[in-house]
Amino acid sequence: MTAKRMLPLLAVLLAWQAMSSAGFIPAYKLPSPLEVLRGLRDLITLGMPPGHQLAGHAYHSLLRVFWGYLIAAGVAIPLGIVMGWSRMLNAALDPIIEMVRPIPPLAWIPIAILWFGIGNQSAAFIIFLGAFFPILLNTVNGVRTIDPILIEAARTLNASRRFILLKVLLPGAFPSIFTGLRIGLGIGWMTLVAAEFTGVRQGYGLGYMIMTARDIQRPDQIVAGMVVIGAIGFTIDAGLHLLERVLLRWR
Amino acid sequence: MGTHLELRGLTKYYAHADGELPVLADIDLDIARGQLVSLVGPSGCGKTTLLRIIAGLESASTGDLRLDGQPLTGCDPRVGLVFQEFALFPWRRLIANIDVGLEIQGVPKARRRAAAREYIRSFGLEGFENKYPKELSGGMKQRVAIARTLIANPRIVLMDEPFGSLDSQSRNNMQNFLLRIWAERRDTILFVTHNVDEAVYLSDRIAVFGPRPSRILQIFDVSLDRPRDRTSPEANRIRREILSLLHQTES
Repeated sequence: MTAKRMLPLLAVLLAWQAMSSAGFIPAYKLPSPLEVLRGLRDLITLGMPPGHQLAGHAYHSLLRVFWGYLIAAGVAIPLGIVMGWSRMLNAALDPIIEMVRPIPPLAWIPIAILWFGIGNQSAAFIIFLGAFFPILLNTVNGVRTIDPILIEAARTLNASRRFILLKVLLPGAFPSIFTGLRIGLGIGWMTLVAAEFTGVRQGYGLGYMIMTARDIQRPDQIVAGMVVIGAIGFTIDAGLHLLERVLLRWR
Repeated sequence: MGTHLELRGLTKYYAHADGELPVLADIDLDIARGQLVSLVGPSGCGKTTLLRIIAGLESASTGDLRLDGQPLTGCDPRVGLVFQEFALFPWRRLIANIDVGLEIQGVPKARRRAAAREYIRSFGLEGFENKYPKELSGGMKQRVAIARTLIANPRIVLMDEPFGSLDSQSRNNMQNFLLRIWAERRDTILFVTHNVDEAVYLSDRIAVFGPRPSRILQIFDVSLDRPRDRTSPEANRIRREILSLLHQTES
């Protein structure tokens, strides 16, 4: 089954390799799959810039995403639950959110650099912005769409407001929250790479790595870096998907 | 046996674009401790609204509501409600759905689980302790919902068409189940149904409601011995009287 699904991909790679080998695709524009593989090997062993190996880049990128994402989830979920619960708070905050939300996270980069300087904090802030809104909106929506009869059932059992928030609204909204978490992580990961184009202080980061490869004309390493970025994004999403299936077995 | 639940001059109207929409008009009702009383009437006549008012989910527009002489306002631990739609928490396993009321009361986990196991045994739910609601049949869900209400030991149990969504076979089984539980515990039960047959089979008394705005048209005492024969002449006579009363008011 999985092998069957890989067949089209394999066909594309083979065709690509054949075209490159036959000289139809210039290597300085798009290196062949085998060259990309060699580029990947160089990224892992030698590093780009030399001495800065792939693992270090991946580690620093993941760290930035981790912090930005963690803070985004930590703020957006509780805020979303109270906004979904309280009409008043929602009416007060919604216009502000709707004004800020359409600003693309990347448009925040200049002001982020002004506030936090070039470095991890800026990048984490951009991730935060990318992940925050999908998590928030999905949480609010999740709370809103909980069957009101469940809240009534809790009330007839004399549940406190605290119990209703933590033990009815939170688990009830969880499927929707999880969707927000997955979308948020996807957007966060995308914005990260762009955020790193503007520079990183330690000289580590996947976005920084492929920009450096471009600076010194290594298209094989650019493409290898792109593949790695995609593969990490895919793996994280698959992991979350798996987690979702375990945590939401009750659905 | 003195009066247990006392409703005096209870009315309910909803604010409406063109004024007020009256739902309940001047309800007087006394229920003695340990009685099983049914409310029957045409659909939309406000039986459910009355139950929701007693449960504290809605408030009466005017009138007085007392349990054992003390006024009932809002959700009260002395009152339990079983919903037609079961209203089980889908993310909780069966046992955690049963003992949720005790969790709300702050009963330690070991004790509330032990109490829940008693109910699981006497309600014939053994082997399903760790199932989620979606894995249970309608009859099982309703037994869980009843156990969840009874375990909190309310003084009066309200049931809103609890067997309305079950097929006729499981409905009959659940009626006998309810009578067995009630014979053991002698709870006071106020039971809403639109099924006259069910009311005659179960109840000590039947209050018949007219169409909107509803008042109680007549109260029937059913003094048949249990177990009852659904087809006995006496049961048929009561059923015929109630049906003709309902029929008159509809035309």
